[in-house]
Order: sequence, then structure tokens, then C-alpha cells
Amino acid sequence: MSLQASRRRRQTLFRHVVVGVIGLFFALPMVAMLEFTTRAPGGGRSLDTWATLLDVGAVERDYPELMTGLIASAGLAVLTVAIMLLLLVPTMTWVRLRLPGLRRTVEFICLLPLTIPAIVLVVGLAPVYAWVTYFFGESSVWLCFAYVVLVLPYAYRALDAGLSAIDVRTLAEAARSLGASWFTVMWRVILPNIRTAVLLSAFLSVALVLGEFTIASLLNRDNLQVAINLLGKRDASISIAVSFAALLVAFLVLFAMSFVGNGRRARRSKES
Amino acid sequence: MADPTLPATAAAPGRSTSRGPTGALLGVLPFFGYTAIFLVTPTLVVVVGAFLDGSNQPTLGNISALTQPQVVSAFVNSVILSAVTAVLGAVFGGLLSYAVATGRPGGLLRRVMTAVCGVLAQFGGVTLAFAFVATVGLQGFVTIWLQKVGIDMDGSTWLFEPTRGLVLVYTYFQIPLMLIVFLPAVDGLRSQWREAAETLGGSTWDYWRHVAGPILAPSFIGALLLLFTNAFSAYATAAALVSQGSPIIPLQIGGALSSEVLLGQENVGKAMALGMVVIVAVVMTLYAVLERRTTRWLGR
Amino acid sequence: MSTLAPVRDAAPTRGVGVRLTDLRRSYGTVRALDGLTLSIEPGELVALLGPSGCGKTTALRLLAGLEDADGGRVEVGGRDITRVPTNKRDMGMVFQAYSLFPHMTARQNVEFGLQLRGAASAKRRARATEMLELVGLETQADRYAHQLSGGQQQRVALARALAIQPQVLLLDEPLSALDAKVRVQLREEIRRIQLEVGTTTLFVTHDQEEALAVADRVGVMRAGNLEQLAPPQELYARPATAFVADFVGLTNRMAATVGSGRAHVLGASVPLLPGSAPSGAAVVLIRPEALAVRADPRGSATVVTASFLGALGRVTVLTDGGETVIAQIDNAAVAGFAPGDRVSVTPRADAALAVSAG
Repeated sequence: MSLQASRRRRQTLFRHVVVGVIGLFFALPMVAMLEFTTRAPGGGRSLDTWATLLDVGAVERDYPELMTGLIASAGLAVLTVAIMLLLLVPTMTWVRLRLPGLRRTVEFICLLPLTIPAIVLVVGLAPVYAWVTYFFGESSVWLCFAYVVLVLPYAYRALDAGLSAIDVRTLAEAARSLGASWFTVMWRVILPNIRTAVLLSAFLSVALVLGEFTIASLLNRDNLQVAINLLGKRDASISIAVSFAALLVAFLVLFAMSFVGNGRRARRSKES
Repeated sequence: MADPTLPATAAAPGRSTSRGPTGALLGVLPFFGYTAIFLVTPTLVVVVGAFLDGSNQPTLGNISALTQPQVVSAFVNSVILSAVTAVLGAVFGGLLSYAVATGRPGGLLRRVMTAVCGVLAQFGGVTLAFAFVATVGLQGFVTIWLQKVGIDMDGSTWLFEPTRGLVLVYTYFQIPLMLIVFLPAVDGLRSQWREAAETLGGSTWDYWRHVAGPILAPSFIGALLLLFTNAFSAYATAAALVSQGSPIIPLQIGGALSSEVLLGQENVGKAMALGMVVIVAVVMTLYAVLERRTTRWLGR
Repeated sequence: MSTLAPVRDAAPTRGVGVRLTDLRRSYGTVRALDGLTLSIEPGELVALLGPSGCGKTTALRLLAGLEDADGGRVEVGGRDITRVPTNKRDMGMVFQAYSLFPHMTARQNVEFGLQLRGAASAKRRARATEMLELVGLETQADRYAHQLSGGQQQRVALARALAIQPQVLLLDEPLSALDAKVRVQLREEIRRIQLEVGTTTLFVTHDQEEALAVADRVGVMRAGNLEQLAPPQELYARPATAFVADFVGLTNRMAATVGSGRAHVLGASVPLLPGSAPSGAAVVLIRPEALAVRADPRGSATVVTASFLGALGRVTVLTDGGETVIAQIDNAAVAGFAPGDRVSVTPRADAALAVSAG
């Protein structure tokens, strides 16, 4: 009496095999990184590299470019997310409320960076950044302007999904009819209701910023990835350790995020 | 007095309040202004600059410079690398997507896999490049292990060659990207369709051949195209791995930008960039067309 | 929009009998089906009615083969098919939602089952057209699911299920996802078509009005088993248990005393149904239409609300004994009652069911 049960068993087997094999493929470099960074000079294991990495003072002294890069990337992440949210949330809400005809245009512009890859964008950014340096100085944090453009497609999609899930128009009209100003509407009515989408767009932006190399490198500025790359030429072990740490942190954050914004995953209709 | 307390219909939105349509446009000015400066301008610089020479005179010289052998071979290498890794990523990523989709919706497997793939897909070439150096590089974990077993990786620079090493590394982030892009489509397969096919007399093969296959095909091909674009545009991984020469187009462009050669060389870089944009634009248009069809069917 | 189609060559399907014997199915600790036994006569439409979780959908899915039974037997046309896979059971099924394949037109959907059986293209087309005419959608044959309304989609799903001339037709809450008006229209359609084609049918629903309207017999389910299986009139007039009485139609519960075969309630005595508790204090179940309401300054109840429901009227009163009673009245009489009026309520001659108060 187990026709469906046997099918389910086969499916489970398939699942385990596929995930197992591909999971192994994914895990191998991770394991290799751990192995590489725990090699002792005379054979055997050593935690020296990791100890060095976790000692902030030592890092600052021996690998100053890493520290600079890390701080620059941190600043970039914050700035990029801030500018992105300030730019996108009001604009997207406003378009939904008052200028629905512009929706396609805004969408097109936001998705355009998918067609203009970073390597192409950076070619055209050189002259623009000459002006940026003129006005703001040479600091790496001003890369945030370019980064906002890079994150547009992902942030737009996340925010668009969030705004589509709530009835923006009704909420805004209800708030306005009760006397709220537009600022209040955005800040106290719309924003709290798209919290998950905002979080998601922020996270995607941070991930992109921390992983960005092309523009920073070709505009001769510092960030985390540029620093790691530079470090790699000098000290393979440390650079690999930093890479591993970065990947691990990103994974933990993404994993934690999957518990926020429930309900979205369980969209499969399972009959019982 | 003209305050919209209870709008009767969803009619002309711009007309309902005191501010009128021009006022409403003011609200989107920051966005358009920003993107004009940081997105549209650079794009124009590239597109227009491709047709200008060192003294800003119109010329087709840059375009003809694209026919140089090393540029052509770079384009060819890029296309092949992107196509191969797109297919590999699509096939294995597709299998992975199906495997994950059949698991429990809120289950651990799914969460972990999605998080892992999110990281690997988005996180960036340099860290992954170094991961592979640690694995199959000169002192790599696998290299050493294989040596112990007796297999010597002939010429340990294979990692840096586009045909072998880069394929491996690129596939490593193509599979996760496939999962991210394709999983929603697989999720969209309703259990009722499978059950309907069964009650009408269909076997599992019938279901895949007549129902699930055709329904997923546009998404699958669309995802494949996206993977192609992704690989084609990738710079960081190759930059971190390849120290000599510029076998693929992004590296050529990078080289043109950072080289201290004659001023005119910059514009050849722009021509190359334009070439890239054209190829990517074509692929993305196809993707957009396929996406629209998918949305209709899978009701997303 | 007329949806009646002439009885053309709709070849009457061989109706076969279905027998479910002692079916059991559990999900973990939850017992979805607890020894269900049920027979459906050839050509009969049986409706399974009950609240969510009662096991009605599980029973249907077991019959379809989409779930495996933990115990019991499924027989169709005298043949034991408990171990037969779904795709060999020759049953047509209509789902609550998402029935149609989205990438095929209505016609292609209907042809699907025939295509799988290797029918020739011309024959497939002819049969599909015939079925689409049967459900009144031949003009929409080349539309896709997303271009059709909910009701139209379900009709195509029905055509698709019948196209293969199944032994049994299974309907899993086919109308639950539709608008009220469409629901009423479509259920008549389904019943008409089912009678015309003559297929043995199992219809699952949680809407008691729907079940009463379409079925030859209705099975009320609760907690994995049947409470009562009877023709609609019997179910309504002589409910076997309090659950059935409550679930099917409106019922009033009132305190009464039972003695010598009659119940004394609201100052009158009514005959008891067989199976009622024999004597003592009891709770009596009376249908709203079995009560008469009359303005009476010396009556023992007060009007709470009087509602005009179109075809009929309803008055809710509060008796001096503290019980809320709902009575059905003529729609024209509603205007004569206002909240606060004193009235007297008397049961008519119909029998009432009594259960013990303990």
C-alpha cells in the first residue's frame, strides 16, 4: 500500500544524492581554505594565521592595507544602503501613488545596470569621478555613488516585491485623509510595512558592496576586495583566511535573514 | 478644500490633489537626476567615446581596432567561457533547484542551500578566486592530495587558463546563481498539475514531457541567458587569477583602462566596452521576453 | 448567457459502483480517516460534506490514488484497486484551484487525456469539441487558463475530466474558490451534466447548501468518519446526530422536558423522532421554519432583530427563559416586527429531535 510513499522515497533519495554531490563541490574549496590557512611550517596544523587575523592590533600593524580596505568597505556599505534607500523608497512609493505611468521607465532604469556590467560602467565613470574627486576628495567612500547604481536592480526588485504586497495607495490615502504629511506617510505608514523588503534590499546591497572589486580596482581606490587581492600577492595565507571569514559571515547573515520575513517561502500549495 | 478624502474611482491619479501633475514630477527628480549623472552619463561616455579618437574627433578607428587578433580571440574566449559555464551551471543548478524545491518549504536544507547559494553567487570574484587557489593552485589542498596519490597536475598554471581553470571557478558561482534565479520557477509548479496529469493517465515521464518541461522551459532558458551574461561580464575572478595576458574581454578592457599607453588606447577600451554592451543587451532582451511569458503562466 | 447544450452524441459513460471499506489514513498522530465505509451506486452522485479536517478530501484523494491508505480497501466496479497507481485508475478529477495546465489552451487541456492514450488527432479534436460544447465553452476553446474566468476554468476542467470517459468522476471542492453567484450557477451545470453523462461521482464540499442541492445522497463526515449518509431531504428532516443537525441548515437548541414520547417546549408539546432520548430534561433541536411567531403583548419572548432576506424573513427572539431562538417567517411579515416587541413563539406540528442534557 505504498505507491505514493515509494515515489516520495525516490524523490528523497534523488534530493539527497543531488544535494550531496553538489554540496560536496561547494564545500571542497571551503575545506581547502581552512586546510590552507591552518598549515604549520613544518607540517601539521597551526592556528597562527587565524590568531593573527583575530588580533586587530597585529592586523593594523602588519597588514595596514587590509585594515584600510575593511574600514573603507564598511563605510561604503553604510553609505550605499543609505543613499539607495533614500533614493528608491520615496521614488518608488511616489510613482505608485501619483505617477503610475512612469513605473515602466523607473523599472527600466533600475534594471539597466544588469545590461551595463561593472567593467563597462567603470570605463564611463572615469570622467564622472574626476568631478567627484574635485567636489568630495579622493576618499574611497565616494565610490558609494557608483555602488548605488550597481545595486539598483537587486534593490529595486526587492522593494518592488515588498510594495506590491501591500496596498500602497489605500494606506497612503487613509493616512492622508487622517491628516498626515507626505513625510509622515513615508516614514510612519509605508516604511514599517515594507520592513522585510527594506531589510532584504539592504542586505543584497551590503553583499554586493563588500564583494565589489572591479570599480574600486580600476578607479584606483581601496576597498576590502582590492585589499585582499593586494594581500594575496604578499601573503597567501592571510588573504585566504580573510576570504574565508568574509564568506562565512555573509553566509551566517543570509541564513539568519531567512528566518525573517516568513511565509514567503511556503508558497507551494501542498494538498493534505 | 480640494483634499482627496474618499476618492470615488481609481481614475486620473495626478489630478486629485492641490499639487497637480508637474508638482508630482518634482518627487521623482532626485532619482532621475542621480541616475542621469551616475548611470546615463557613463553609458553615453562609453557609447559616444567608442567613436571618438584621441583628439575627440569622430572616427571608426576604434571599431576597426576591434578586429585585431588578440581582441577577437578575447571575445571568442569570453563567449565560449560564458556559454560553457552557463550550460554547466544551468544543468547542475537546475537539478539542484528541483532537489531543493521538493524538500520541505521551511526546512533546514532549503534555508542552508539558499543562503549558501546567495553568498557564492553574489559575493565576488576575489574571494572565490583565492578559494580555488587554496584548492587546486600550486600549493592547493587537492593538488597536494593528488600528488600524494600519484597524479601530478601537469603545469600547475592550468587554473589560470580560461578553458580549464576559469571554467571550473566560474561554474562554481554559476550553479548558485542558477538556484537563485530558477528556484522560484520550480516552486511555481503547482502540485495540482502533476496530480491532474496522473489522474488523466499520465506517467511521470508524461508529466515532465508534456507539462512540467514546457512550463519550465522559458524560465530555464531565461536563467541560462542570465548565467551567460553573468559570466560574460565577470571581471574580478579573472583579474585575481590571471596575472599574464588578457584572454577574455573584461580583462582586455581593464588593461586598456589601466595601461599607461597612448591616450587613444582608452577609446579602444570604450569600443570594446560597447561591443560587450551590444552582446549583453541582445541576450538580456531575449531574457526579458522569456520572463514575461513565464510570469503569465506561473502567475508570479 | 445560456449554458445549456443539447444532448448530442455525449456517449453515456458506463457508470460503475464504488465501494470504500474501512479506509484508514493517518498523518503522524492525526487520524484523517478512521475506518470509513461507503458505497456509491452506479451513476449516483454522492456528496461528502463536513468541516475542514473531517477527512472528506482525504477520502477523495485515497479513491483517486493520490494518497496511500494505511488500511482498508477501495473497489471500483467490483475490482480491488487499492494498489493500483493513480494513472491506471481511469478517474476524472476536478481540483479546487489551478486545475488547468497553464501552457495549454482550453482545447489542448481537454485533449490531454486522449493524447496520452494515443488517440488519433482528428478523433481527439472531435471529442474535445464535443466536451467543450457540453460545458458551453466551445467559443473559448483557444483561450489559455489565465484568459478565462474562474468559473470557465472549472468548466474546462470538467470537460477535460469527462473527455476520457472515466469510470468515476471526482470533484474536490470545485466551487469553493468561486464567487457566490457563479457557484450557484455552476453547481446546477455540474449536476445537469453529471446526470446526462451518467458517471458515478464523488463530490466533496464544506458548503451544506451545495451538497443538498446537487447530491443523490449526502455523507456528513466528522473526525474521519461518516455521521450519516442519506438523501438530502432525509438528512435535513431527520438528522441522525446533533452534529448533523447543527451542520446542515440552521437549528435552534432549546431546553425541554421529555415524557411519554413527546417533548414539552415553548409551552407546547411536539412529537419526538425515533432515536431521541426517552425522558427527563433534554435539549431539543428545532428548525427555524418549524416555528411560528405572532405578535402577543402577553407572549413570553422579545424580538431582538427582524431581517428581510429577500425570499424569506428571519426573526431572532429572546425568550423570557434566556434562550435565543431564530424563526423563519414570511418575507412580507418582517415589517410587522420591531426590536422590543413582545411575541409568542410556538412550534409547528413537525417533529423535533431531542438529546439528553447530560
